[in-house]
Amino acid sequence: MQIVSKVREPLVTGGKTYKDITEDVCRPVEANPSKGWFGGMALSLFLLLAGGYYLGDMLWNGIGRWGLNKTVQWAWDITNFVWWVGIGHAGTLISAVLLLFRQKWRTSINRAAEAMTIFAVICAAIWPVVHMGRPWIGGIWALPLPNTYGSLWVNFNSPLLWDVFAISTYFSVSLVFWFIGLVPDFATIRDRAIKPIPRLIYGALSMGFNGSAKTWMHYEAVSLILAGLSTPLVLSVHTIVSMDFATSVIPGWHTTIFPPYFVAGAIFSGFAMVLTLMLVTRKLYKLEDYITMEHIEMMSLVVTITGSVVGIAYITEFVIAWYSGVEYEQYAFVNRMTGQYWWAYWSMMACNVISPQVFYVKKLRTNIPFIFFISIVVNIGMWFERFVIIVTSLHRDYLPSSWLYFNPTITDVMCYVFTFGLFFTLFLAFAKYFPVVNMAEVKSVLKDSDSKVYKSRRTISNEVVPEADRVPVDL
Amino acid sequence: MEKNTNYLVGVFGDQDILVKAVKALRKKGVKIYEVFTPYPVHFLEDALGYKRSWMPRAAFGFGALGTTCAILLQSWIMGYEWPMIIGGKGFIAIPDFVPITFELTVLFSAFGMAGSFFVSQDLKPHKVPQIFDRRQSDDKHIMAIDLAKNSLSEDELKTLLQEVGAEEVNNKSFTEREKKASFFDYVSDLFTKGVTDSARELKG
Repeated sequence: MQIVSKVREPLVTGGKTYKDITEDVCRPVEANPSKGWFGGMALSLFLLLAGGYYLGDMLWNGIGRWGLNKTVQWAWDITNFVWWVGIGHAGTLISAVLLLFRQKWRTSINRAAEAMTIFAVICAAIWPVVHMGRPWIGGIWALPLPNTYGSLWVNFNSPLLWDVFAISTYFSVSLVFWFIGLVPDFATIRDRAIKPIPRLIYGALSMGFNGSAKTWMHYEAVSLILAGLSTPLVLSVHTIVSMDFATSVIPGWHTTIFPPYFVAGAIFSGFAMVLTLMLVTRKLYKLEDYITMEHIEMMSLVVTITGSVVGIAYITEFVIAWYSGVEYEQYAFVNRMTGQYWWAYWSMMACNVISPQVFYVKKLRTNIPFIFFISIVVNIGMWFERFVIIVTSLHRDYLPSSWLYFNPTITDVMCYVFTFGLFFTLFLAFAKYFPVVNMAEVKSVLKDSDSKVYKSRRTISNEVVPEADRVPVDL
Repeated sequence: MEKNTNYLVGVFGDQDILVKAVKALRKKGVKIYEVFTPYPVHFLEDALGYKRSWMPRAAFGFGALGTTCAILLQSWIMGYEWPMIIGGKGFIAIPDFVPITFELTVLFSAFGMAGSFFVSQDLKPHKVPQIFDRRQSDDKHIMAIDLAKNSLSEDELKTLLQEVGAEEVNNKSFTEREKKASFFDYVSDLFTKGVTDSARELKG
């Protein structure tokens, strides 16, 4: 039974029992999908196919289909790549970093956030592969494989190769972390199955896990170490992504602040995307008792903090450009603010630095439609951030005769739409067939809501607690 | 004919009662076969007297292997196999090798440890688990006691279990066919007899 503390809001509200957790999480997996789910799936498949047509056209005819020109040779492709990778940081951050910090509120959101991470990294990985023009060759040439040219190897001094290793390691380790977390929950679904096929499929997915004390002991050690490994990993990934730019000699890219600034931006956009998805999932799956207002507030505050870090980074970058006395660097930054792309720069500033500050007001960070709106605004802003860094630094190169303006084509737009279709298709499939909340972990924190650690905040009064769950607390 | 009742199964509803019960029973010399819980219960492994997990050592070992492989691979390729002159700098540029060395350390460590976990715990897609009570993955903690390995009689153990707080005490046995746990038997049983036990109510 749940014990309700008078001094802190419990992590799981509504007086839920262990049985209720199992029922609430397994119900969507066991029931037939709703009309809304079919509608969402149809829309995502439409985006996937429509975008896929243009992606196929681009692969067939070459990347000349994109709006790239001889000065701006990287635009939406790498912007979308960095944007998706950034989004893919929140899941591991929530499950690994918050696990190490013993932040138990993470338990009800980590499953969906990790799923989002994995799908976002898949969407991200598409970009460096397709931008090679001939991905069937490029995908192989990017790996250090023996070949008939000598062997002619990949260049281990190149940050682009570091990226290959970073992204593939991040993807596969996140997948392992996610799967290990899923195993006990698959076992729960297996044990509840009443038809042979679900019993067989979830039985295979659960790897025959039976919850014995010995297995749990090793399991706990594995989760903790995977969290410990993933924490520096998640920081390294965006650091290395930023080095793709920072190790070049292009004014506007050649800055040492990039690694921490990119990591903060990644957490920022990742949490915004988690909010976008979880606010919808919570409503549709009636998970209000698991993903409580407190969870939403916590995530909103993370968005505010990381948004402010990003804002400080923008200003620091600007000041350092002035202080360095390098004319090219100074020009690059003034050009960002006042040049042809001023609109992109100021959209970025408004969306990333100003908009998240609203969460200092309690009324606003508990208003769900408003948080949803801000989460979208933040993601738009983060897309602009990458666009500003990439395109505005490139479009004015050292030779004024080659100064050009970048215009996206329909193929640019539709290839981006393709990744949205892929992302939402995968997420909807996940939401239907997998348990969206980590049952085992939520069950393990059910009793902890009254542990001493949490007795520092007084936010709940006994009146709102159902009669049966009230416990006398002497203060 | 095989003996029918092999295990006594105590069903517990609360983790604290369970941990206390395990300690009390072990003090009385009862040999517990295993405890099955729906979520990791802290201090249970201490109460059962298990040694600390060796997974951290596996992680370290595989991680060290990853570091070694990464350094050897990069130094060999860049320094000996096909050296390239880049601005007259050293062929084996250690700072440039740091990112990939780190990534491969994490990769080897994570996969090595997760692999060790699955292999050592005999977890595989075609495994047929022995399940004492399906509620073990829902809301109950299940304690299994092997009758053959205990000197106390079945009735004595039953009273003991009830004394330490078990909500139910049941008997459980596995047939020869179930003990062998062949995957093909499991699948054919599933499709010929259907699902016979579930944590949910079986309909029809």
